[in-house]
Amino acid sequence: MQDISLHILDLVQNAVTAGSDLVKISIEDNPDTGLLTVSIEDNGAGMSEEQAARAVDPFYTTRSTRRVGLGIPMFKAAAEISGGCFELKSGEGRGTEIKAVFDQNNIDCPPLGKTGDTLISIILCNPGIDFIYTHSCGGSTFELDTRLIKNELGEVPINNPDVLNWIADYISQGLDEIYGGVSK
Amino acid sequence: MKSLKELEAIRNRTLESVNLRKDRTGTRIVVGMATCGIAAGARPVLLSFLEEVKKRNLGNVTVTQTGCIGVCRLEPMVEVYMPGEEKVTYVKMTADKVARVVAEHIVNGQPVAEYTIGAQE
Repeated sequence: MQDISLHILDLVQNAVTAGSDLVKISIEDNPDTGLLTVSIEDNGAGMSEEQAARAVDPFYTTRSTRRVGLGIPMFKAAAEISGGCFELKSGEGRGTEIKAVFDQNNIDCPPLGKTGDTLISIILCNPGIDFIYTHSCGGSTFELDTRLIKNELGEVPINNPDVLNWIADYISQGLDEIYGGVSK
Repeated sequence: MKSLKELEAIRNRTLESVNLRKDRTGTRIVVGMATCGIAAGARPVLLSFLEEVKKRNLGNVTVTQTGCIGVCRLEPMVEVYMPGEEKVTYVKMTADKVARVVAEHIVNGQPVAEYTIGAQE
């Protein structure tokens, strides 16, 4: 994966496959310490203790199309290689939370990438699932909650191209704002 | 600053201009978005299809995703389903190839043979 936003896109697919109807994606950027915390929390089927322990093993997968499952192991490796850490909490029927900390001062830390593109992709492909995206930098926070958007839209689907276009602008403006007007 | 209230205008405009389709008779463009697809560059391909569909105002075309199609080395892969036609599978897609697939295949019904899995294998 070239950047962190692509890992997020990949891990959200796990949440979708697990039958979640609400997925929380949170990014916390601390400019003082350089630490970037990424978490993805779903309310899907969750994993047993044994499955959760094996999820970080690249040769473990629940799928039958191939024998490897690289999404979680690559995310873990990307965090750890930058001097950060990784944590997975899950329970059957309780959903899954994946959290990783990246040290952005480390030369091996991947760039965050286009989180807006990731959000648009997951909303386009999963109109029936709700997402809460929280992105904070220093003291300011941007939040996008698809439930509020759907309220305004009524019978118009959230993956209508004009709506997605608006959401993309909304995110890019929100992120510009929390990063002090400097585009990231 | 943008506000959620602007969505009301989009909603009214959309309800007037587009008939909201509930059937699945239109064309479906399906992008493989498993770990393999994403790592190979599926996200810009997906977003380019969305952009082209919006630009050309193609009302009965749906852009969506699937998991691993099973031939990871040929990712990013895209499947096009048109009513009454056989499925066409495109391999090693890039954002640059998308405009041609939309113009020749989605709009004019002629698959771009050189991008398909048949030309590759």
